Amino acid sequence: MASALAVLATVLVIAPLVAIFIDLVYKGASSLDLNFFTKIPAPVGETGGGMANSIVGSGVLLGLASLLGIPVGIAAGIYLAEYGRGTKLSTVVRFTADVLNGVPSIVMGIAVYALIVAPMKGFSAFAGGVALGIMMVPTVARTTEEMLLMVPHSIREAALGLGVPTWRAMLSITLKTAMPGVITGCMLAFARVAGETAPLLFTAFGNQFWSTNLNQPISALPLQIYVYALSPYDEWHRLAWAGSLVLIALIVIAVSLVRYVTSRGVLKGAS
Amino acid sequence: MGVSIEVTSLNAWYGTNHTLLDITLHIAANEATALIGPSGCGKSTFVRCLNRMHETNPIARVTGEVKVGGQDIYSQTSAVEVRRRIGMVFQRPNPFPTMSIYDNVASGLRLNGFRNRRVLDEVVERSLQHAALWEEVKDDLKRKSGASLSGGQQQRLCIARALAVDPEVLLMDEPASALDPVSTAKIEDLIFQLKVQYTIVIVTHNMQQAARVAERTGFFLNGKLIEFDSTHKIFTNPSDKRTEDYITGRFG
Repeated sequence: MASALAVLATVLVIAPLVAIFIDLVYKGASSLDLNFFTKIPAPVGETGGGMANSIVGSGVLLGLASLLGIPVGIAAGIYLAEYGRGTKLSTVVRFTADVLNGVPSIVMGIAVYALIVAPMKGFSAFAGGVALGIMMVPTVARTTEEMLLMVPHSIREAALGLGVPTWRAMLSITLKTAMPGVITGCMLAFARVAGETAPLLFTAFGNQFWSTNLNQPISALPLQIYVYALSPYDEWHRLAWAGSLVLIALIVIAVSLVRYVTSRGVLKGAS
Repeated sequence: MGVSIEVTSLNAWYGTNHTLLDITLHIAANEATALIGPSGCGKSTFVRCLNRMHETNPIARVTGEVKVGGQDIYSQTSAVEVRRRIGMVFQRPNPFPTMSIYDNVASGLRLNGFRNRRVLDEVVERSLQHAALWEEVKDDLKRKSGASLSGGQQQRLCIARALAVDPEVLLMDEPASALDPVSTAKIEDLIFQLKVQYTIVIVTHNMQQAARVAERTGFFLNGKLIEFDSTHKIFTNPSDKRTEDYITGRFG
């Protein structure tokens, strides 16, 4: 009985994912061709065109976000787990991270609009990257904290007992031992913001043309999908489906790649 | 070579809990000194004060003097420096789980910035040989994780790791309590060989073990050093009634 329920629950969890994926492939795959990956969007009225600029734009935005969010997040996680234990500041940081995690992403977009876009008098890839980066911080910080706390105390003692300075033991032993979990946290955060549209509406804004300039508006897959899906044209609807498929595929590829690279060099019998 | 340790009026606290009361004793160079006593008597705290490991607990506090080879480890040097000179082996084997056997042994040197490959190779081989583990692992040095070894092998790996930084003293906090009898016998044999080069302080619950490996034995009870003498004297003709009660199994 219990195992039947467990199987049922598993099916209920997997079914939506599979359904979405099948739907995406069904509606999107037919519009995928080389042009999709090499061309920029065609003007209204013309057929063809692709999302090359959006794919590159998403790459730029996510790269920027990771560059910002991952180091800050990991540093905050280290502080929470290792240095700030039991202090008032750590309670505040932890609470802030949890609240930040729950802030609606559109609010994040408006906040970054006020902080960066308005003073710089223009939408920019930079602002978009910052918005996504800030959204990554809480997830990365909290996973890092939890993973560090899971490293047994005896491992830290072993390092300190060898006459290794505390900071060195922290980075080279504790963090390294926790690394697989920390990377999982980073991947989760990455995958989450990769599909965000709302925070980009007021920051990166979107762009129908090629741009990799950080001071200019930039396109992103979710933004382009949003624009196309709202349009009245069937052709654009199909491109939106194709874009969604590519977005999911790219996230899966990126996550698998990181997993593969970081799992190499793991030794026989390593726990 | 090993050095002697001179402990004078050592007191230790965890928070408000006074765990060591006025300990004074002399640990001779190149001997094994065993510390026995019931659980919670302060013997583990005592060895942790000898390499300043107790400081890793923020509520711990110590007064008194510990001189290792004539140098006061609390006033004349840093905790990091002390721990490099005084190696420690813990109760439970604690190899670094993400590192290979080789990297485990080399870790102490590497983490202190030492990089010379040829010298590292030599140190790793020598340390594993001293820890009587070389023959068992020499073919898997860089292929297997330290965590893949058996419990007894892991503990000898931890001994090799401690020896690799070339300490003068080796502290062993119940090194065999988590091991089977065969592995325990190997660790005890090892202590005999290591005495030649290092001063050894071993905390043990096992009185036969103390009798087998140590020249001198100290008996701790409730944070006090009740008696400290040659192992033979402690086990055959103790001067204190409480020591006699403990070793004859009347309590503890």
